Amino acid sequence: MSFETSYDPREISLGRKLKMVSWPLIFMLCALSAIGFCMLFSAGNGNWEPWASRQLFRFCFCLVLMLFIALTDIRVWLRYSYFLYFLGLALLIAVELMGVIGMGAQRWIDLKFIQLQPSEIMKIALVLALARYFHGISIDEVGLVRWLIFPIFMVLVPVALVIRQPDLGTAIMLALSAVVVFFLAGVRIWKFVLTGILVLSALPVIWSLLHEYQKRRVLTFLNPESDPLGSGYHIIQSKIALGSGGFFGKGFLGGTQSHLSFLPEKQTDFIFTMFAEEFGMIGGLALLGLYLLIVAYGFFIALRVRNQFARLAALGIVSVFFLYAFINIAMVMGLVPVVGVPLPLVSYGGTSMLSLMVGFGIVLSANVHREIQMDRSGDAL
Amino acid sequence: MYREDSRRHNLFSRRAVMLGGAQLLMSTVLIGRMYQLQVIDAKKFQMLADENRINMRLLVPPRGRIFDRNGEPLAVNGMNYRVLITAEQAPDILQTLTALKRILDIKETDQERILREISRRRSFIPVTIRESIDWSTVSKIEVNAPDLPGISIEVDQTRQYLVGSKTSHILGYVAYPPPDLKQSDALLRVPGFRVGKTGIEKYHDLQLRGKAGNSQFEVNALGRVIRELKREPGVPGNDLILTVDLPLQSFLSQRLSNFKSAAGVLLDANNGAVLALASVPSFDPNEFNTPLPADSWLAISKSPYQPLMNKAISGVYAPGSTFKMVTALAALEYRLITPNQQFFCPGHYTLGEGRFHCWSKNGHGRVNMKQALQQSCDVYFYELALRLGIERIAKVARKLGLGEATGIGLPGERLGLVPTPLWKKEKLGRSWQGGETLLAGIGQGFLLSTPLQLAVMTARIATGKRIKPYLLRASMLDGRIEMEQTEEASGIALSPRNLKIIKEAMRAAVNTPLGTGWGSRLTGSGHQMAGKTGTSQVRRISREERESGIKKNEDLPWKERDHSLFVAFAPTKKPRFAISVIVEHGGSGSKVAAPAARDILLEALRREPSSVLTAVEKN
Repeated sequence: MSFETSYDPREISLGRKLKMVSWPLIFMLCALSAIGFCMLFSAGNGNWEPWASRQLFRFCFCLVLMLFIALTDIRVWLRYSYFLYFLGLALLIAVELMGVIGMGAQRWIDLKFIQLQPSEIMKIALVLALARYFHGISIDEVGLVRWLIFPIFMVLVPVALVIRQPDLGTAIMLALSAVVVFFLAGVRIWKFVLTGILVLSALPVIWSLLHEYQKRRVLTFLNPESDPLGSGYHIIQSKIALGSGGFFGKGFLGGTQSHLSFLPEKQTDFIFTMFAEEFGMIGGLALLGLYLLIVAYGFFIALRVRNQFARLAALGIVSVFFLYAFINIAMVMGLVPVVGVPLPLVSYGGTSMLSLMVGFGIVLSANVHREIQMDRSGDAL
Repeated sequence: MYREDSRRHNLFSRRAVMLGGAQLLMSTVLIGRMYQLQVIDAKKFQMLADENRINMRLLVPPRGRIFDRNGEPLAVNGMNYRVLITAEQAPDILQTLTALKRILDIKETDQERILREISRRRSFIPVTIRESIDWSTVSKIEVNAPDLPGISIEVDQTRQYLVGSKTSHILGYVAYPPPDLKQSDALLRVPGFRVGKTGIEKYHDLQLRGKAGNSQFEVNALGRVIRELKREPGVPGNDLILTVDLPLQSFLSQRLSNFKSAAGVLLDANNGAVLALASVPSFDPNEFNTPLPADSWLAISKSPYQPLMNKAISGVYAPGSTFKMVTALAALEYRLITPNQQFFCPGHYTLGEGRFHCWSKNGHGRVNMKQALQQSCDVYFYELALRLGIERIAKVARKLGLGEATGIGLPGERLGLVPTPLWKKEKLGRSWQGGETLLAGIGQGFLLSTPLQLAVMTARIATGKRIKPYLLRASMLDGRIEMEQTEEASGIALSPRNLKIIKEAMRAAVNTPLGTGWGSRLTGSGHQMAGKTGTSQVRRISREERESGIKKNEDLPWKERDHSLFVAFAPTKKPRFAISVIVEHGGSGSKVAAPAARDILLEALRREPSSVLTAVEKN
């Protein structure tokens, strides 16, 4: 077989692959990250330390990794997708066990150069694994419930593990990205509606099963402004910062809320607030526009690809990217509860950037290898 | 397979379009929210952001200074230096404190307090180590600054009274405002701000205070000051120029300090300007800048001689024989007698069953008005009082300024008392007795007056003008002097001929050998003074004591001795000064109060205080 595949007509030379890499997308990702560096520079009160320089260094590393992934045959990623999924699952269980053994509740594994968050890896791995699964079944099988039981378990296991961390925000994000892949794979819409109704009607039952202190925790989680000095303080200050930025903003390094420490977590979850305070609504619209442009480019790639795995993977990853941006911006503007979701590629954080750049590597790979057609097991036709 | 994939592709494309639509919709929600926050509500949030970051501090304006009539400073603003430690600037707090101990003595309890405060506050907020340190310590700390990391010096204002206790009853003092007052004005809540508590400081407090400035500065979320944004300097308080003449004031205060408890007032007889006003014992107002230690406060407030009380305006005494001018004037005004009409004084006077005594046991024999005032014959005035009745006496007394506030412009002025039957009925519920009229005729009984009122009475008799005493001569704002408007004193509505008779009698009382004030006549100044002694009894002398011989004042406990009074004006020709002196429980008026008054008038005649503000304009 290996002899035959080496003569595969669809096997493309490295030079040609490099030409086929979607450079506009890479440029937009670089622009987005550059905005991130500037904001981290501002968050450090005009210093490269402690955030901007490290983020820049990480980005360079991730950029190289992304290119490497982009040039790797998409079939390799199909083959390794289940492996990646189980690796992510194993790491999730590992942090769970570390917590049990007595290091306290923990979400990351310290690899010295990076603090690896398995839940971040899971974001991409779950999309890949689901794409692999739906690639392997026919359009008629997708319509049958028994073919959906296995992928539902693939979603529920990591979601349950992440809830236990406890990180409800990431768990919901995982579930939502899974819903996107299910949707794109062609699962009937009435099934989503039914599931939605079932979950909603189950909520009161679950609510009644909760202890009093758990209920209280959920309530403050849902309505932080009932507690203006505690968790509500963050969102109130964030809205003040955003609003006071006005239409044109206070200017780079001129955000009073951010630089006088009224705004918390300005380098991570609330970095959009800082951006919108300093660059106003114009800046906010431009940043949102850049996100939408990247997402649109992802759609463009996914629609051109000639195999189901790459289509689902590419659009799944791009949708995860969009969801993160949406939830983060909605969160800092007080539209949804504060759930601890970073602004993709702008917020300071290693694992998040790593997993997103790996994801975009796969999107790029899908584009490079868009002409490849595969059978259900992933072999080229 | 290809057909299969083409079907999947079609389905995928449809779903992708739906997903893209959903994402666009979600983005629209974000844009809408952005518009709401950053355009519609932007103003509100800008205000909230400024509220977050801008703090305001009031800047205490310098308090107005107080000068005497010649521009000599009486109250000015001094500097108070305090040592502070800022924890975040001191790598090792204990080490810094140990180093500081070589310059400044820090007690163990102080150190505990400092460390406790440091632990309670944020590390960039300075903690006071010691208040009001002297200049040499300040310079030692400055020189050793490299060894004292975290130590800093802060300056603020304190009030300094340059002649201290000599002007304390006129100027009063300043102190921290009481907590209940602090609600009224933000300036009062500024740490270290002081308000006038008594005297001129209190009466003209608002004028002296000035207007607070403010400093707006940017703070971060922890309250650390980042930079000053705006500073509006305040308006300094007005400087005040008093009518007081510092050398005369010092002289009066010095002369009276020979006594345990006394008060004196020297007026410009022609316009009522207070040239000197003193009450002894006094206190040092500089000590009130910082809260007084409890034992010092107790010593001052519980002293039987009442150092805090300004007896010149708040002490009320029976005027005694100094009131006899009033009785005499009233009798002349109502034409009940002629000046030369004589009465016989056997040493006592009988009214019904009561027997009223003259101070001279053997009596003065036949006396006319001049002789009666000259020798202070009581029986003569019993006769006059009986003929006048209390109402008419009261009427003239009021014309001369007794029984009502003089309006000098100091807090705590008392009204004294000119009794009438109506007053007695209302206050005591009993009807007026004839004997009470007799007592009023010689300034005893219910009659009460302040030393200031007696000085005013004397000045009015001397000049025939209805003068009112005042202390504030001018105020100074931005170097511009604004004179206080004083209305020209009107006539007193008493016949000048009658006043002349009284004045001549007062001259005789001092300048003739039989006069009670003969011992205190002015010698060698080329001027004469006219005056009247008074010895006001504070106890009742029983019949037994009278028969066995009245006890001498020296044999009585201090509290039971007579008050010694003297009122006078000088020169007798064109009167310029009026004075009243009272020495509490001092004994005889002629022996105690009169010599003191003489010395003060002599000094006044020697100095002749200028009436122009030359020195002030130079300042």
